[in-house]
Amino acid sequence: MTRLTRRTAFAGATAVLAAPWIVPRRALGQQKPARIRIGISTFLSGPASVFGVPGRNAAELLIEQLNAKGGIAGVPVEALVIDEAPGVNFLLGECRRLVQNENVDVMLASISSGSCLAVAPLAEELKMPNIMWDCGTQRIFEEGNWRWSVRTQANAVPEIVAPLLYLLSIRPDVQTVAVVNQDYAWGRDSWAIWKTAMEAIKPGIRVVAELFPKFGATDFSTEITRLQALRPDVVFSTSWGGELDTFVRQAAERRLFERSLFVLPLAESSLERVGKTLPEGVIVGARGDHWFLHPTARDTDRLKSFVAEYRKRFGLYPIYPTFHMAQALFALEAAYTKAIAANGGAWPSREQLMNTLRGLEFDHLTGRMKIREDGQGLEPMLIGLSKHVPDYPFPVLDRMVLFPPELTMNPIGTKGLEWVKGLSMETVAKAPAPIPYKA
Amino acid sequence: MGLLLLLAALDGLATAAQVFMVAVGLTLVFGVLKILNVAHGSLFAIGAYLASTLVGLLGVPWLSLLALVAAALAVGVVLGPLIERGLLARIYDKEHVLQLLVTFALFMILEDVQKLVWGVQPLFEDAPVRFLGRIEVGGIFYTSYQLLLLPGVALASLLALVWFLRRTLLGRTIVAVTHDREVAEAIGIDSRRVYLLTFTIGAALAAMGGALAAPTTSLVPGIGVQMIVLSFAVIATAGLGRIEGAAVTALLIGLGRSFAVYFAPELEVVIPYLLMVAVLLVRPAGLFGSTEVRRV
Repeated sequence: MTRLTRRTAFAGATAVLAAPWIVPRRALGQQKPARIRIGISTFLSGPASVFGVPGRNAAELLIEQLNAKGGIAGVPVEALVIDEAPGVNFLLGECRRLVQNENVDVMLASISSGSCLAVAPLAEELKMPNIMWDCGTQRIFEEGNWRWSVRTQANAVPEIVAPLLYLLSIRPDVQTVAVVNQDYAWGRDSWAIWKTAMEAIKPGIRVVAELFPKFGATDFSTEITRLQALRPDVVFSTSWGGELDTFVRQAAERRLFERSLFVLPLAESSLERVGKTLPEGVIVGARGDHWFLHPTARDTDRLKSFVAEYRKRFGLYPIYPTFHMAQALFALEAAYTKAIAANGGAWPSREQLMNTLRGLEFDHLTGRMKIREDGQGLEPMLIGLSKHVPDYPFPVLDRMVLFPPELTMNPIGTKGLEWVKGLSMETVAKAPAPIPYKA
Repeated sequence: MGLLLLLAALDGLATAAQVFMVAVGLTLVFGVLKILNVAHGSLFAIGAYLASTLVGLLGVPWLSLLALVAAALAVGVVLGPLIERGLLARIYDKEHVLQLLVTFALFMILEDVQKLVWGVQPLFEDAPVRFLGRIEVGGIFYTSYQLLLLPGVALASLLALVWFLRRTLLGRTIVAVTHDREVAEAIGIDSRRVYLLTFTIGAALAAMGGALAAPTTSLVPGIGVQMIVLSFAVIATAGLGRIEGAAVTALLIGLGRSFAVYFAPELEVVIPYLLMVAVLLVRPAGLFGSTEVRRV
């Protein structure tokens, strides 16, 4: 029998005390934590705060509701919110701080596609579970294989293909199109998707103007004059926030809507602000399977109570970033719950959490969605026509179509911009039947 | 083609008017106080937000035009002296870099104040535009606000400023201080008062630019940044401190941007800066700049 000497006792004590620092936390047994800390990056300042603040508000409300029912598997949730407006370098520093100093368990990053593209490699380096909650670029999972990131919403490909399919289903005789997009990555990329898909589905449609006013432009008078002179059948714009509001107001003041059919894939987020200045008959997108009057979920208690509570607290109707934040949080809750069950009731490791997120199907406020094996979320795309009704002081959506991901999203292993070249009028014909607005 | 040129020129005029209204205040302040005021963009934004709020509160279309002027005056009279006496007066004899940093810090603070007061959701209040109605030119609809009011106010402001500075005693006092502060003080001019007055006018002009822009655009956080960057380009191209130069440069930029949208849309974003680089390469002091001390 080995005798316990002072030297061995000292070595043993040192080893025990040093273990938490020497051995990675993940390799130690997973104990139920006192709390789950979530780092959230969103825009709290700058023009994109029109999305970032509603996203933050949704997180605040939903986490409060989650904690009121005991948190996730009895563990309360805590959010640490950071502003991604100062830029990518700042964001990366903040993410590192949250993971290494604040010990967050999972990151929800981000709104900007540039932010998501930058955070994904950092998540790999830090082995940090990362849920991309709102960014749209399709490049993330097409160009990279990210073990530690998933996205709980669709991406730019279905967001642009769906309104195009909708347009061609109601106006197959379109001859001319003009674009007015913001001059930055999203404006350029979304136009590339639209143009490529349009040329594949209906060759011969003429692009009469490609206008890219600077990001943050406050005046579109010149663009509107030119569009009035050109009289395109369709004006396409993926602008958002204050710029979309300004464009809509100025176009309405100068009667441009009377000359062209507008396709505005992000306009759901502006409806309440622009009010009935936006005329009837404009094609409006919702960036996913959500809207506060969602055609199949509007009468569910879950959606109704969320909308009522959100309005009561923040004075506005929820818009798409609100729903995207909800999707991320519901996915996280579902993943923890499933991983704990698969783990025999024990708290899952980060690896187990990530494994569960891939392939996860979960319910959210307006439906059910799935995260694909490559980490990309799959959700239908809600597109409709603006309609004025007495129930609301702003337009609602009518003749709504929920385009399934099978029609609008490229499969794993393909590039969206290449895949859209295979679309045709047959794809248009497969569009589901429209659902009318119900008073 | 003739019609297209006319349309482009009309659009350019409206843009030039908006740009001039902001740049002229900045150049006036620099000309007299020798401080490049980064917070000028915040005064523009606050003027716009306040105008929007007042127009919304009044709810009477014909009063909305007066609300724009009232908002500009309120910002000028309240914030102008506060900033000048409370902050700038302490740094007149400091390095330009420090002055720039101080006004930049003020800009950041005022940006947050805007968010605290008005939030981050875009605000839009276009009652003045709707009140003035539309005009049809060659089958194209313009708003009277854009086509008549904006260029009219800009032209009136330019003429009034030039008249004030050249033809009135107070204006000549300002010019005297600009020319040589020590000599002006030696003959009994209170330069502190001149600085205060000039900055107040500059602040009111910035706020007026914002107030005039408010009915045509959505007000969002960061709107002041956009305008201050463009204003810097205008006054650098014109020559720092040159009021007529600012008018000519604003016109060049407005028309250049407008013609670009028609004939070379890819260049629209860079037109102001291309103009600035081209001018500064040939005339480093700007189009109207010179090495003389006098700036107004």
